[in-house]
Amino acid sequence: MNRRYKILLLVSILSASVVSLFASSSPDGLEKVAEDKGFIVKALNYPSKVLMPDYELNIFGNDYLAVAFAGMIGTIIVFAFVYFALRPIAIKK
Amino acid sequence: MHIPDGFLGPNTSASLITAAVAAVSFAVSRVKRKFFVKKEILALATPEGAQFSTVKKTSVLSGYGKDKLLRMATIASFVFATQMLNFPVANGTSGHLLGGVLAAVLLGPLEALIVISAVLVIQSIFFADGGLVALGANIFNMGIIGTIAGFYCYKGIRKIVKFKLLSVFIAGWLSVVLASIATSLELAISNTIALNLVIPAMVKTHALIGIGEGIITFAIVWYMQKEKGNEQKI
Repeated sequence: MNRRYKILLLVSILSASVVSLFASSSPDGLEKVAEDKGFIVKALNYPSKVLMPDYELNIFGNDYLAVAFAGMIGTIIVFAFVYFALRPIAIKK
Repeated sequence: MHIPDGFLGPNTSASLITAAVAAVSFAVSRVKRKFFVKKEILALATPEGAQFSTVKKTSVLSGYGKDKLLRMATIASFVFATQMLNFPVANGTSGHLLGGVLAAVLLGPLEALIVISAVLVIQSIFFADGGLVALGANIFNMGIIGTIAGFYCYKGIRKIVKFKLLSVFIAGWLSVVLASIATSLELAISNTIALNLVIPAMVKTHALIGIGEGIITFAIVWYMQKEKGNEQKI
């Protein structure tokens, strides 16, 4: 693989685990509009329990670590999903 | 711009799930063709003519396929990571990268659709970011509109604007605004809110978020432009 892609992967893992601690916690564009226009009440809870709700994986009882771990694990899951899951799908019959 | 469950009506959600499944399976079937090469396993034969095995044909992942999968996985990780980094825009609102144009310029539009959809699936299943029933809508808005439409905007703008990186910036901005318009239309069709109320609010907010999208897309494409094997000559 090319060098700059490797660097980009490293940057991804670092930003998901470290820089994400400084991310803005304000509502995003759609959420804000939904709040202003009053249709946020229509939002339903997610139909099942998930592993890392709100991008937090609380295993050490520390809020910062929770976000850092969720970011790091999420990035690795996404990488593995694209790299491995596409192989069996893509195998020619 | 991840739509939670409940915002869209059942008909809207169902049609968008169909559209998303159709588009992603089309993309996978097209992309996989390039990844495999037919390889013949030679028969083991002696000079006297005795043959111990028949000629077999199998498909194996080509070097190109392996390389492309690594690139796709890297861009997927980057898009996921960057979507966690909400940056503040005006009055108590934040926004994050969608990454459609970025992925499409570096990987090609269909590969980018697969990448963005994969990110959205993981975000929904593991992080409850974006609803499960609304996943189809999210893939439609951010994957099909934000990526495929955004990419063809880039191709169009590229013909008018001579400076390549500027057209990447404009296409990035435009992809966010187009995706926000698509979201507004879906909300209006589902009778969640009137179109004349939601369109101005959504477009105004996302015109600001789009600037962030444009800057990040510009910066990453600028950084990656010297890589060989990018889909678009930048």
